[in-house]
Amino acid sequence: MVAPRPDTAFAVHDPLAAVTLRLTVNGAVTEVSVEPWTTLLDALRERIGLTGTKKGCDHGACGACTVLIDGRRVLSCLTLALSARDGAITTIEGLAAPDGTLHPMQRAFAEHDALQCGYCTPGQIMSAVAVLAEADAGRPSAATDPAHRVTGRAVLDEREIRERMSGNLCRCAAYQNIVAAVREVAEATDPSRP
Amino acid sequence: MQPFSYVEPRSRAEALRLAQAYPEARFLAGGTTLVDLMKSGVVHPPMLIDVNRIGGLDEIEAAEGSLRLGALARMSDAASHEAVRTQAPGLSESLLFAASGQLRNMASLGGNLLQRTRCLYFRDRHFPCNKRAPGSGCGAIDGENRALAVLGTSAACIANYPGDFAIMLVALDGTVYLDGPAGERAVPAATFHRLPADTPHIETVLAPGEMITAISLPLGALSRQSRYLKVRDRSSYEYASVSVAAAADFAPDGTIRDARLALGGLAAKPWPVTEAALLLAGRRPDDPVAMGRLMDAAVDGARPRSGNAYKVPQARSAIRRAFATLARRSARSVA
Ligand SMILES: Cc1cc2nc3c(=O)[nH]c(=O)nc-3n(C[C@H](O)[C@H](O)[C@H](O)COP(=O)(O)OP(=O)(O)OC[C@H]3O[C@@H](n4cnc5c(N)ncnc54)[C@H](O)[C@@H]3O)c2cc1C
Ligand code: SF4
Ligand code: FES
Ligand code: FES
Repeated sequence: MVAPRPDTAFAVHDPLAAVTLRLTVNGAVTEVSVEPWTTLLDALRERIGLTGTKKGCDHGACGACTVLIDGRRVLSCLTLALSARDGAITTIEGLAAPDGTLHPMQRAFAEHDALQCGYCTPGQIMSAVAVLAEADAGRPSAATDPAHRVTGRAVLDEREIRERMSGNLCRCAAYQNIVAAVREVAEATDPSRP
Repeated sequence: MQPFSYVEPRSRAEALRLAQAYPEARFLAGGTTLVDLMKSGVVHPPMLIDVNRIGGLDEIEAAEGSLRLGALARMSDAASHEAVRTQAPGLSESLLFAASGQLRNMASLGGNLLQRTRCLYFRDRHFPCNKRAPGSGCGAIDGENRALAVLGTSAACIANYPGDFAIMLVALDGTVYLDGPAGERAVPAATFHRLPADTPHIETVLAPGEMITAISLPLGALSRQSRYLKVRDRSSYEYASVSVAAAADFAPDGTIRDARLALGGLAAKPWPVTEAALLLAGRRPDDPVAMGRLMDAAVDGARPRSGNAYKVPQARSAIRRAFATLARRSARSVA
């Protein structure tokens, strides 16, 4: 590693060099050795041993690898581990409370039988958690009427949930129950409801 | 992926210096095009210049009749920005109808303009492709070309420009701001992408070492009444087979004062239909003669191949539908 120039935040000039990074994953700082081309997905699964995050397509097309960075959902297969080093990363392993109590979205997926083989499920759940946060922030989707001003939480009806969750494919086509699970948590946590 | 070195400049000047010193290096923004294509071995830069730590390149500002979007603003942030939603709703739609929630959180607007074609042969290095390997031939002209272009193609390449945002940007007379070895310059969005001709590997007017710094568009009656209509094989998370970026300023009697139109999905680059203003002025969107002329002008010169002739009638009906929706929205907002 070359000493950084004052104008450079960080550099790895030797393409073959392994770099030791400190990644913040599920609240814990973990030292991990990566190469410049190591994706966050491979770092999580193969270097840190957090195999809950799944590799489906490895090309941004399926959503199985969805994780949160600073609360935003992203695809870990297209994120370089090096670029993720400043962020707070949350994976499916980090959703449950420390005493093992499941996150409401995890419980809803189990109760609604929102899976068959389960391979897409960690990505679906991470995405669904972010969908609620995005709706709380009043963010629109392609299903939102552009003339309708979103104030407070965006409405999460079936059309909205399907659109907002479209980046997570399920080869078992458990969509019906996935929508039901997300909808239940959305309704239970809607701040505008009594 | 082939090994590469990685640098994170803190300033624009340092990023440009690095790009000039290492001509084969590539800027890394969201990585959703670049990392994907590096994994497939389609591109293999020896160095990535991660521009995400440069401050001030992700701002979104609306002032004095103009919207300015930093090149590193993320698609999701631009799409939900209040000024974009209210003053250029079609631009917000063009972003929300693209990719997925996860990808829109990652992808930058500058990177979005520079996304590469989804032509299957381009993405698979075992096939000939003049865009990936100049002079190797084109697998698609006599192959699988259902998704590819009917407008602006050449004997060397029939790839389509797959993006959505650039189509609306071209319709709304947007501008792309660049900075590089020769200094700063502004390029009309309509001339930013190039036709393939016999050099399909050169896709834009971006010079080596040049960076996109910002994108702007005028805000006004046209941008406020803009609409992006996307026709595709599945209802979400899918590229356009045809898309229509339309804008119209309506007089109180429902006739059109001014209009803009650009097409996506079916052309080698974002496809402005410059005749729209003239052909629609003083007409209503349900005027069959004016609309017929506009549809003819839009697909004039189309050259369908074995698998993609369907795009011509699809574009014609999408154009009519987009302007009909604009008329309905305008009537609703007057009422
Ligand atoms: C599964 C999938 C589905 C998708 N669906 C759609 C869709 O429906 N519609 C759509 O429009 N798009 C779609 N996309 C494409 C996506 O929108 C683009 O990949 C994204 O916008 C690219 O932005 P980025 O910041 O990730 O670019 P990067 O991958 O970081 O960069 C792309 C290119 O631009 C260069 N670059 C980046 N920033 C700059 C800059 N400021 N100056 C100069 N050069 C720069 C890079 O060097 C690279 O060559 C999809 C992508 C995937 C993977
Ligand atoms: S259409 Fe263009 S991108 Fe596709 S194989 Fe032919 S030359 Fe390559
Ligand atoms: S593994 Fe990342 S999107 Fe499929
Ligand atoms: S449950 Fe099998 S892929 Fe979704």
